[in-house]
Amino acid sequence: MAKTLAQKLWDAHVVRSAEGEPDLLFVDLHLVHEVTSPQAFEGLRLAGRKVRRPDLSVATMDHNVPTRGGVRAADDMSRKQMEVLTENCRREGIPLHQIGSRRQGIVHVIGPELGLTQPGMLIVCGDSHTSTHGAFGALAFGIGTSEVELVLATQCLPQKRQGDLAVNVTGELPVGITAKDIVLGLIGRTGTSAGQGHLVEYRGPTIRGLSMEGRMTVCNMSIEWGAKAGMVAPDDTTFSYVEGKPHAPKGAAWEKALDHWRSLTSDEDAHFDGVIDIDAGKLEPHVTWGTTPAQVVPVTGRVPSPRSETDERALRYMDLLPGTALADIAIDRVFIGSCTNARLEDLRAAAGVIQGRRVHPKVRAMVVPGSTSVKRAAEEEGLDLVFKAAGFEWRNAGCSMCLGMNPDILAPGERCASTSNRNFEGRQGSGGRTHLMSPPMAAAAAITGHLVDVRELL
Amino acid sequence: MQPVKLVTGRMAPLDLADVDTDQIIPKQFLKRIERTGYGPFLFYDWRARGDFVLDRPEYAGASVLVAGANFGCGSSREHAPWALRDFGFQAIIAPSFADIFRANCYKTGLLAVTLPETQVRHLIDLVAEDPSAELTVDLQSQQVRGEGFSYHFEIDPFARECLLNGLDEIALVERHDANIAAYEKGRAAWLPTVR
Repeated sequence: MAKTLAQKLWDAHVVRSAEGEPDLLFVDLHLVHEVTSPQAFEGLRLAGRKVRRPDLSVATMDHNVPTRGGVRAADDMSRKQMEVLTENCRREGIPLHQIGSRRQGIVHVIGPELGLTQPGMLIVCGDSHTSTHGAFGALAFGIGTSEVELVLATQCLPQKRQGDLAVNVTGELPVGITAKDIVLGLIGRTGTSAGQGHLVEYRGPTIRGLSMEGRMTVCNMSIEWGAKAGMVAPDDTTFSYVEGKPHAPKGAAWEKALDHWRSLTSDEDAHFDGVIDIDAGKLEPHVTWGTTPAQVVPVTGRVPSPRSETDERALRYMDLLPGTALADIAIDRVFIGSCTNARLEDLRAAAGVIQGRRVHPKVRAMVVPGSTSVKRAAEEEGLDLVFKAAGFEWRNAGCSMCLGMNPDILAPGERCASTSNRNFEGRQGSGGRTHLMSPPMAAAAAITGHLVDVRELL
Repeated sequence: MQPVKLVTGRMAPLDLADVDTDQIIPKQFLKRIERTGYGPFLFYDWRARGDFVLDRPEYAGASVLVAGANFGCGSSREHAPWALRDFGFQAIIAPSFADIFRANCYKTGLLAVTLPETQVRHLIDLVAEDPSAELTVDLQSQQVRGEGFSYHFEIDPFARECLLNGLDEIALVERHDANIAAYEKGRAAWLPTVR
């Protein structure tokens, strides 16, 4: 029977299948970070259990690391959480990329960088943006702390079968339009929950034309429209990204892996429960105006009239009036970072807009590379100099202001142009107001001091 | 986990859609390394603004939260159901839940019950009119019952079994150790290890 890519990946990981029970799936890679793991390790210890496969687990510190000043700049509770992770990893033999080390970074940035994220794998992490790794043709999804404990103990996860959705993107991306605009535009159409219970495959010539970074941005935000996982079938773009990475297969193993990876596509007559078509040629730069990622409009538009109580609540929180032109909204802060948009290509795109310009005097802007490796690579190209010359702060790697669990937060009432993934109330700091957009759009906002169509600056 | 069979008690209404886990338990409380003690921080920012519905005296001590669609969207933090449990809720009824949140609820022994929008609306109207109205969520018979009505709900049969019997899911999976070992033997040699 014809199968989708998602079902092929699922079937390849079934350890045990029984009527009336969820499938038991094997986890190829378990990514661990400081915030959602302490209770899981403690549960193991209390039950006298050990980590089954420390060789398939890797940990990093990202959510609450300060992006300047090192571990000393962290508050007591954050430092304690980092210490607990260090001790748990030491005891269980799990490699840890801790703050200050060469490979430290956001968990969803370092997996691909290290070559640990490969096509065909099943990857989990106690973090909802684990869908990012689907960009490699992997099945990847976020789990809760009890499931983290279960995976640590057994390397398996019982999971109910999911449906299949396809998002088919065609048309050439116009100048100034990025992968972020594809996914924001998509979520604006589907709403916050249309993906629930489904594995999503992003396909079509426009997706094929995206770099791995762009594909990661799209897959990263799958959770924002409720999908269990998002993925892209691997192709030559994928293979050349993986090749030569530290943990990538080498020599004869590479050839064998490649043979297998080339089979990871949806069969031609595979059935999807739903197909969403997007014409990328008609896309404009998108900006959120509300407090869910689905409350989004093209930057050329206006704040819409509320259609629901949720909309009214969002307008109140964001302190916006319907009918206001997006371009008339002044901002206080700019954040370029997060697992959605803090890879080298994202920083290059932002730097391209900033080159030779200055950050608006009323704006405080910062760049937080997704990983220490991204930071190094950017510095080798001189991107740090471009940002610093323009007046941006150039920080160390971490989740930073995406979720405000560290010293990088908005003050109450501050308005931020952000390349992150969530504009929920208080997400970037209690009372803070977030507008989501692409890196070039955030860079443009930093320069003009208000939301602006980046195409005016190109 | 303690078995969960029946929840009987009063309701509290939270008539909002898309309530995300950042609202349920804001990030500054995720720095704790314990599984308990999150109750005081539930909906922290909303409660700090004053006159939050859950702080009204008539809803004090409610054990069933009735909420809008897509409840628990956003982050995978299990701290969200931990906080709801600690606060005193044993069941949540909504037209839909985010997938990870619902899974986390089951692991925490919190009954996440999906009912159609019209029935949820009835419950919200009912509790607004009579905050003392009692409700029973019966997992065995898959029913939500109150005076003069009874609604059937669907739930994943395996999750139901685990909740009813208070099963330790890790122990359940460990019973399949032979299958896991066999699977491990057959894995492709090129797959990466972190060593």
